[in-house]
Amino acid sequence: MLVSIYRYNPDVDSVPYMQDIQVEIPAGKDLMVLDVLGLVKEQDATLAYRRSCREGVCGSDGLNMNGTNGLACITPLSAVVTNDKLVLRPLPGLPVVRDLVVDMAQFYKQYEKIKPYLQNDTPPPAIERLQSPADREKLDGLYECILCACCSTACPSFWWNPDKFVGPSGLLQAYRFLVDSRDTYTEERLSDLDDPFSVFRCRGIMNCVSVCPKGLNPTRAIGHIRNMLLSSGT
Amino acid sequence: MVTNVTNLSRSGLYDWMVQRVTAIVLASYFLFMLGYLFFCSDITYTQWSELHSQTWMRIFSLLALFSLGAHAWVGMWTISTDYLTEMAFGKSAMVIRFIFQALCGVTMFTYMVWGIQILWGL
Repeated sequence: MLVSIYRYNPDVDSVPYMQDIQVEIPAGKDLMVLDVLGLVKEQDATLAYRRSCREGVCGSDGLNMNGTNGLACITPLSAVVTNDKLVLRPLPGLPVVRDLVVDMAQFYKQYEKIKPYLQNDTPPPAIERLQSPADREKLDGLYECILCACCSTACPSFWWNPDKFVGPSGLLQAYRFLVDSRDTYTEERLSDLDDPFSVFRCRGIMNCVSVCPKGLNPTRAIGHIRNMLLSSGT
Repeated sequence: MVTNVTNLSRSGLYDWMVQRVTAIVLASYFLFMLGYLFFCSDITYTQWSELHSQTWMRIFSLLALFSLGAHAWVGMWTISTDYLTEMAFGKSAMVIRFIFQALCGVTMFTYMVWGIQILWGL
């Protein structure tokens, strides 16, 4: 199989380029893209990419594979390869550090902006703040986000305004804390989001939903935030 | 909170709602006009003039004109802040964006005044 990989080492290369490498795929096996990267690395040890858990939990190996963002470790070749060719690029829209490694600083900055921690100004109970099963259920489909950045880097609004638009990942987390019954800062959180960029730059094209490796739905969460803003503002 | 002084209202929620409400007004006006012209295909100047001299029609037309201005402003402002950015134009982006927004603002205001002049002059 032909693997075409984006290569760029700012210390050596003046511009990025695509490197074509032939990789022998063991017959009868549907390898994951991360395994293919391992085979490429055996041929060219200078290739740089991030990886850690290799089972879709850590979110380190977000890549653009044949035009679609996803986690290399849980994406089988059968899901992405067409015409026996695999094109691998770094996540789009973020500065490239080297080869497939991107600088996630802007992405994390947006995550920090939504204050991703519980805020509660009532006196703390002796043991812990309790939550009913119904309230806990509201967090399903939100807390599972692993911050791999596949969604935000598939979003044109995030490409155009990465410093102003929070992005689907950050907004999914924003809603996770807005809807948490143990958080009392709902009004403050909402007023932080009521500007023309943070939430409202979302145009609902749902790229985020189609690429999320965990099957989450940031567009729905953004819709819920809009509704919350609407009910508090009318 | 991201601050901005050139969008319609300083509030994302307000702009978002204005865009949707004005879209409904514009769609209603368009459908009304389409229906009117469909059912009165042999329309004369007198009929057309009578329609536009009705108070309710003047209110409806004025509402549609204001809606067009507000809707277009929110849309064009969004386009300008998406594409005319520092990423695309470097340091001159702010000037380019401001000139584009000013041109859009003047055009929309002209269309509104001109529209009122035409419709109320019938």
